[in-house]
Amino acid sequence: MAEHKHDHDHEHQAVPSDAALRVKALESLLVEKGLVDPAALDLLVDRFENKVGPRDGARVVARAWVDPAYKRRLLADAPSAIAELGYTSGQGEHMVALENGPKVHNMVVCTLCSCYPWAVLGLPPVWYKSAAYRSRAVIDPRGVLREFGSQIDEDVEVRVWDSTAELRYIVIPERPAGTENMSEAELAELVTRDAMVGVSKVAAPGDKP
Amino acid sequence: MNGVHDMGGLQNMGPVEYEKEEPVFHAVWEGRIYGINRSLRALGKWNLDAWRYQIELLPPADYLRMKYYERWLRINEQLLVKHGLVTPEELATGSAEPGSATAIPALTAAVAAQGLGYGIPASQDLAEPQFKIGERVRARNMNPIGHTRLPRYARGKVGAIVRDHGVYAYPDTNAHFQGENRQHVYSVRFGARELWGEQASPLDSVHLDMWDNYLEHA
Repeated sequence: MAEHKHDHDHEHQAVPSDAALRVKALESLLVEKGLVDPAALDLLVDRFENKVGPRDGARVVARAWVDPAYKRRLLADAPSAIAELGYTSGQGEHMVALENGPKVHNMVVCTLCSCYPWAVLGLPPVWYKSAAYRSRAVIDPRGVLREFGSQIDEDVEVRVWDSTAELRYIVIPERPAGTENMSEAELAELVTRDAMVGVSKVAAPGDKP
Repeated sequence: MNGVHDMGGLQNMGPVEYEKEEPVFHAVWEGRIYGINRSLRALGKWNLDAWRYQIELLPPADYLRMKYYERWLRINEQLLVKHGLVTPEELATGSAEPGSATAIPALTAAVAAQGLGYGIPASQDLAEPQFKIGERVRARNMNPIGHTRLPRYARGKVGAIVRDHGVYAYPDTNAHFQGENRQHVYSVRFGARELWGEQASPLDSVHLDMWDNYLEHA
């Protein structure tokens, strides 16, 4: 069937386009056999493209910044605290929140595969799943952080969390100086995906990140 | 299995390549295989540990060469055949064989709309923890040929229990349908120098989530 349709003319594209054809054939086969509902696929794609994403995690962080009681609940029992804001990962994948501070910088990786707190950050970016990040985050975290433009002082402990089980980690970055008068919604706008994975800090408004 | 998927501490993998304004899916097919994958998992024929092991079984050169969602495509094809849901001929032709059974999708749009989990939930079962918070532990030196979530870089190293996360299915048996063998999972803190020697910062640490069976008293 489709695999002979395109030849060897564009070697660098051969793999992806072959994958596109194979996925198409697989979906049609699975729909024909009643194993897959294409409407469910549409819904999942829409959810991750348009609904679930780092904005969700940013709301959790901003709430923790403005509400000390919420932060305490988040650190003690992240699934319940996150559910208060309407986010849930359903069954499995128990969330854990890690707090950065003046002397501690947390950073999350999955060296064995691609475990990621998708319930509040959406699907992981390609770099998070790459061999480069997975291999180096545990042995050279400061080098990786420098590549992300994050300078961590010598007297700060870098804590790397390798997601080897069903716990899913989100970093609560430090709230930047100069944000005392900002609203929770404005604060949420400052919080980036990378800061919640722990590869960067949250920049103060007006600062270059 | 001591496979290429166990990447922690490997060197020469290059710089981290960062894409600005990265799309969630880079092509339509990536989103479709994502959805197919979740739909097939919902059938309950294989658990997440078995799924991960299937990825680990990819030949190393293929694993490194393939894009992330290409791996998903390959292993879903393999799992479908392995569990008798699809024949190799059907995969090759893209059409169901005449007279083949018609199932009802486990993951309908209505079910998916409810929201769904993906991981393996913590168990409510009571299992006696083998270790206490603060206790020094050594990661066992073990090299199973099957699935394991104990990375090579931690084996034989000494750390300390910092948190007890409760009871979870044990991947090393669950992946092979040999029972969930539920036991406690802990955050274990390893000093960076314990793992990597003098080149590491004396302050830094790596935390791993580890099952009782991965640990011994130190």
